[in-house]
Amino acid sequence: MSYGPKIIDHYENPRNVGNFGTQADVKTRKDVGVGLVGAPECGDVMQLQIKVDQATGKIEDAKFKCFGCGSAIASSSLATEWLKGKSLDEGLAIKNTQIVEELSLPPVKIHCSVLAEDAIRAAIADYKAKNGLPADADTAQSR
Amino acid sequence: MALKFPIYLDHAATTPCDPRVVEAMLPYFTEKFGNPGSRNHSFGWEAEAGVDAAREQVAAVLGATDKEIIFTSGATESNNLAIRGGALMYEKHPAGSGKSRGHIITSIIEHKAVLDPCKRLQKEGFEVTFLEPPSDGVITADMVKNALRDDTILVSLMWANNEIGTINEIPAIGAMLKASGREVIFHTDATQWAGKMPTSVDKDNVDLLSMSSHKIYGPKGVGALYVRRRRPRVRLASLVDGGGQERGFRSGTLNVTGIVGMGKACEIAMQEMDRDTARLSKMRKRLEESVTAQLDSTQVNGHREKRLPHIANISFGFVEGESLMMACKEIACSSGSACTSASLEPSYVLKGLGVGDELAHSSLRLSLGRWTTDEQVDYAIEKIVAAVKKLRALSPLYDMHKEGIDLSKVEWAGH
Ligand SMILES: Cc1ncc(COP(=O)(O)O)c(C=O)c1O
Ligand code: FES
Repeated sequence: MSYGPKIIDHYENPRNVGNFGTQADVKTRKDVGVGLVGAPECGDVMQLQIKVDQATGKIEDAKFKCFGCGSAIASSSLATEWLKGKSLDEGLAIKNTQIVEELSLPPVKIHCSVLAEDAIRAAIADYKAKNGLPADADTAQSR
Repeated sequence: MALKFPIYLDHAATTPCDPRVVEAMLPYFTEKFGNPGSRNHSFGWEAEAGVDAAREQVAAVLGATDKEIIFTSGATESNNLAIRGGALMYEKHPAGSGKSRGHIITSIIEHKAVLDPCKRLQKEGFEVTFLEPPSDGVITADMVKNALRDDTILVSLMWANNEIGTINEIPAIGAMLKASGREVIFHTDATQWAGKMPTSVDKDNVDLLSMSSHKIYGPKGVGALYVRRRRPRVRLASLVDGGGQERGFRSGTLNVTGIVGMGKACEIAMQEMDRDTARLSKMRKRLEESVTAQLDSTQVNGHREKRLPHIANISFGFVEGESLMMACKEIACSSGSACTSASLEPSYVLKGLGVGDELAHSSLRLSLGRWTTDEQVDYAIEKIVAAVKKLRALSPLYDMHKEGIDLSKVEWAGH
């Protein structure tokens, strides 16, 4: 697979790698939303965590980990950059097509960006569920 | 010496031509360009002399006689001629009779150039048993013995596997078949073996053997099929008809330059076999040991001892194949994964051995060659270890593993 410079850059210098605690920790943290999508059998697992400022409702920090191809790593890295500073609704407005465009993903790699969009939605849905906020009609986790 | 990148560690895919091979070939392009079938002038005689010499060189590496060597376009064609040509010649009942045309034994970890001809024969009325090796990847004489039937006509098993480098018990299987007194033809795809390891078709009781020139520092597009002439005299139905070259087994004007190159490659192989084997097996062991010592959740695939000197196949837990290849881009090697990762062709060989039954493994096949240096191997070790560490730092699965979570028990939202 020959990739463009933006994918390579995110792959070689991934932004915001990490998490806000172990799986057990983040499960109980109300200010953290966790999205874990994909499956090892499929060769891709993406984990996206958002930390929300409870006062302003804005995403103050985002972190990812990804088991997957170069495009999946780049897509999730980019997603964390875009999420920081956004409100939940603004986060939900991020579309996979924007990721495709920004990174110039080749057609066979479009599903990697879909996975990133799924991860964003799953993380926000998790945060909402933990805080008793109404689930967005559009946050179906699986498609 | 400064390292040049990328470093070629994919000699099981193909090898560079030995300069001595190229030199031997050159005159046959321009001066000795004749058709060996031209019997009435010196151009033809010269070309024929070149082919004859090569036939002896190839026979020597196999412990065969020159009359038993059929030149082909490579191991793929040799395998097809052996399996299809053999099955059609020795069938028990004709097509359309409603009875099984004959039984063939092979294995699930063969190269596609064996599997696909067998599957085609299966569709055409032959019955095929695909043996499944245990996790060490070795097919034994007992496994073959247990699969034999009264209507078995052909056994086709590779001598050494191209992905994991394991060695099947070919001499023991040959001896068992011979002792059984049955009329079963024994074919081996020796593409990864012949020219690298000592071979004696007589002592090893092999009837048909496929080999390829480009795996042993010869040119591409040329190979050979050994066809036993005595005890028993093996017959084959030809697949390519025409001018009747190669005793009618394989028509078509001979690829003289290629054949001369293959002959020279075999001659050099015989001279350098012991040295190459000693050097490469030491290097491979160092590679395997140092990588596995520096990384947890990593395993070397295939039998520990019954293996070729130059092929290492290593699986790494919790890293994905394509990103691993990206992280090792200075190393030219092959990758495989046992899972159906969208970005990688899954390896049916590794899957067949049960590698990756634990989730999320990917594998690298590193194969060393005549000009591989210690510096190159050192670099590869360092690079692979760094790549796996980097990707594990990114891998949510590695975190889960460290936290003691069983990945097979997680409910995944697959996409
Ligand atoms: C075991 C085995 N059989 C057959 C082949 C096909 O050989 P060739 O490229 O000469 O057709 C290969 C090479 O990829 C091989 O490794
Ligand atoms: S995430 Fe499946 S190939 Fe990229």
